[in-house]
Amino acid sequence: MTRTAYKYNDIIHRCFRCGYCKFPTNWDDVNNCPAYARFRLESYSAGGRLWLIRAWVNGELEWTEHLAKIVYACAACKNCVEKCPLSFSDEIVNMVIAAKNEMVELGLLPAPVKSFLKNIQLHGNPYGISAKKRSQWMEGTRVETYSNQEFLYYVGCEGSYDTRAQQAARALGELLLKAGVSFGVLGKKEITDGNEVGMMGEDGLLEWVVEKNIKQFKELGVKKIITLSPHSYNAFKSIYPKFDGKFEVFHYTQILSDLMKKRKLSDLKEIQKKVTFHDPCFLGRWNKDYDSPRNVLKSLKGITLVEMERNKKGALCCGGGGGNFYTDILGGSEDSPARIRAREAADTGAEILAVACPNCLTMLEDAVKAERLDDKLIVQDISEILAI
Amino acid sequence: MDAVYQALVKIVGEDYASNRPEELFTYSKDLGTSEPKFPDYVAAPKTAEEVQKIILLANKKKVPVVPLGGGMSLAGLALPLQGGIALDLKRMDQIIELNEKARYVVVEAGISNGKLTAYLHKHYPHLMHSEPGAPPAATIGGNIAIHGQGDMAHPYGFNSDMVNGMEVVLPTGEICKFGSCSIGSGWYTLHPLPDIGLFLGWNGSTGIITKISLRLFPCKKIREMDLFVVEDEGLIPDLLYELTHVGMAEDLIAFTSAIPPFMDGVHHISMNITGDTEEEMEFKRHLLLDGKLARYIQDGTGGIGAVSQDIQRPQISKSADWKKGGGFEYVGSIMPVTAYPECYRRGAEISTRHNIPYTVLGRVIGSAHAMMFSWSYAFNRADPETVRHAREALHETDSLVLELGGTIWKPAVFGQKLMMDRMDSNTLQMMKKVKNLLDPNGIMNPGNWEVNE
Repeated sequence: MTRTAYKYNDIIHRCFRCGYCKFPTNWDDVNNCPAYARFRLESYSAGGRLWLIRAWVNGELEWTEHLAKIVYACAACKNCVEKCPLSFSDEIVNMVIAAKNEMVELGLLPAPVKSFLKNIQLHGNPYGISAKKRSQWMEGTRVETYSNQEFLYYVGCEGSYDTRAQQAARALGELLLKAGVSFGVLGKKEITDGNEVGMMGEDGLLEWVVEKNIKQFKELGVKKIITLSPHSYNAFKSIYPKFDGKFEVFHYTQILSDLMKKRKLSDLKEIQKKVTFHDPCFLGRWNKDYDSPRNVLKSLKGITLVEMERNKKGALCCGGGGGNFYTDILGGSEDSPARIRAREAADTGAEILAVACPNCLTMLEDAVKAERLDDKLIVQDISEILAI
Repeated sequence: MDAVYQALVKIVGEDYASNRPEELFTYSKDLGTSEPKFPDYVAAPKTAEEVQKIILLANKKKVPVVPLGGGMSLAGLALPLQGGIALDLKRMDQIIELNEKARYVVVEAGISNGKLTAYLHKHYPHLMHSEPGAPPAATIGGNIAIHGQGDMAHPYGFNSDMVNGMEVVLPTGEICKFGSCSIGSGWYTLHPLPDIGLFLGWNGSTGIITKISLRLFPCKKIREMDLFVVEDEGLIPDLLYELTHVGMAEDLIAFTSAIPPFMDGVHHISMNITGDTEEEMEFKRHLLLDGKLARYIQDGTGGIGAVSQDIQRPQISKSADWKKGGGFEYVGSIMPVTAYPECYRRGAEISTRHNIPYTVLGRVIGSAHAMMFSWSYAFNRADPETVRHAREALHETDSLVLELGGTIWKPAVFGQKLMMDRMDSNTLQMMKKVKNLLDPNGIMNPGNWEVNE
């Protein structure tokens, strides 16, 4: 059956499948699309995926669980957008999301995707953990709930629930307190930002989440938001304004960079370490900020910052975007993008793999362990490095 | 459960074997106008030993095997015409050895041109290989298997002339080496051993190339592209003859196209000039521009189009997006350079008949020993009528190549038949004998170069 409502029927045929989308900016290898890196079959490349979507919306192919897996394997990292030489390149990820929209409409989703979305609906987070436990991360800290402070510190689902990401959430809270930043958190009232809900094509749920958040932010008088996660940053910055939710949004590295420039975080410990930084897609390719995290790291005494071969707009995604940190479609192999990335980080000789995203933090830490590199490489969020 | 599929899973692993509709669909499609041809299985081996096991399996089960590199031939050469196993070789992408002083690199056949270029740029910036005009995802193995040419065709010829040695899995499963590597020496030469290289130009129908030793060449520090333009296409053969006489360019291409309109009927010659010093550059510019082109400027028949432009990696896929259509295919031919004017004129006529703006290009091979002349036809993938027009134009052009005394380069089955119809009967019979000897079960990319007489 043809899917006439598919939003990109007028352009999806324009992909030539020339394969530029597989490369990073330095042409280092054909594995900079995380899904193609993992499976290495043409069907998983950006072009292959678009051709399959076109065949499905045209009725040439039936929906299958495997087709859905290929579509949801897209981590929305935008490497394809960066590399495609054709004029429609900005729409590549949108074409994939639109296919997910269609699958959502039909209720035809891979089981973990369905579970992710159901958990958001029921609990406001993908993990299916009670909303009451959302504030547990802040126990033992001096972080306060939001009450007309200058900034809302939006922690996000990973920082609130994932035990590893909670450490980063706490570290950032302590840093902001140390710098005298006026901020508060939503605690139990916080729900997901909706970024991954949108990336997974559930527009109805996205709308519900966004409107609920905007209502709450407005009722509380929130004007400025600091996010732990670049995914939240992207949502508040790019999605919420479309729903009349206009706030001043900062990723925390932008705030820290500014604080360090103003010497408000000047009494940090010297760290004699070699550090490499992994760019998060939703800060980098999605929002073009490659400098703030590096500025923070460069401001730290003792740190030697070394770059991985693939960096900035050419960075390899950890494979956690588009909900893949939960669905784990790209996991389970030494060719999983996070494991490739862990090896690249180790190749630099760095002792710390610095990240600025709780998704990347958990994905890469697991990968470093799987690669048995944890005796020489540790993964730390920038907030944690500063909090040492 | 399907026994062949199960065996493939056992050989390459579950992630890299498929008989699911999505992979079969994907590998049934070429980027050009070819009708889809579905494989029954897809497999992506990582080693020559895995390829060998698959070949042995295919012989046992009498299942065709169709090797695939980047899939960029546009002529459907890696489409499984009779089903079977589509063998995606792109996981075999390692750089095995680089001998700097002997200027060669040994690579696995599935490595992309882009990866090799990036590697050389980073580790050996003074060395380069001849990169084809295809997108960088095109593989080294695929390109030499179809006698590709690249940006060093003028000084050094076809890319398949730059092969120092090969490892090939024969259609009966033996892994063979050719060249000096076969006697345990380095991979530095294909000669002077007896010529038993029967794998280039066969579209994978006589074996699967798994390793290649490729010649590398000096990569000069300063690189620029200069353009010379003339309106009279009749001047191009003489110009190329003159320019190749001094041999100072690294790449020479004559081209024109109907779009953009300012290029229509204006023939451009791009000259890549390279040098390690400004003095070397000036010397080469002087020989080419002052020595060979000045008189065309003086008599008003030619002019400088541009000088000292950066040499850009060609983005040939942009040709596919004419009228936002997402498709193009071209007929490539190996032609005498003297045929340029007629190639252009007759090609433009074909294009006009099919309502497709013409795009033609002739890249010099050797000292104007030949040129690769191509006629590109864009189409809208979503409009079957434009696809039909492009396909017809391609077929007409195949015939034109032979009429003009050329040889079709990487011909699709239609073009292969045209050439075999004209081929010397003894040559044809030898091709048949070679094929039957090497591939007794007829499993290797059947339908390609198939002699039926």
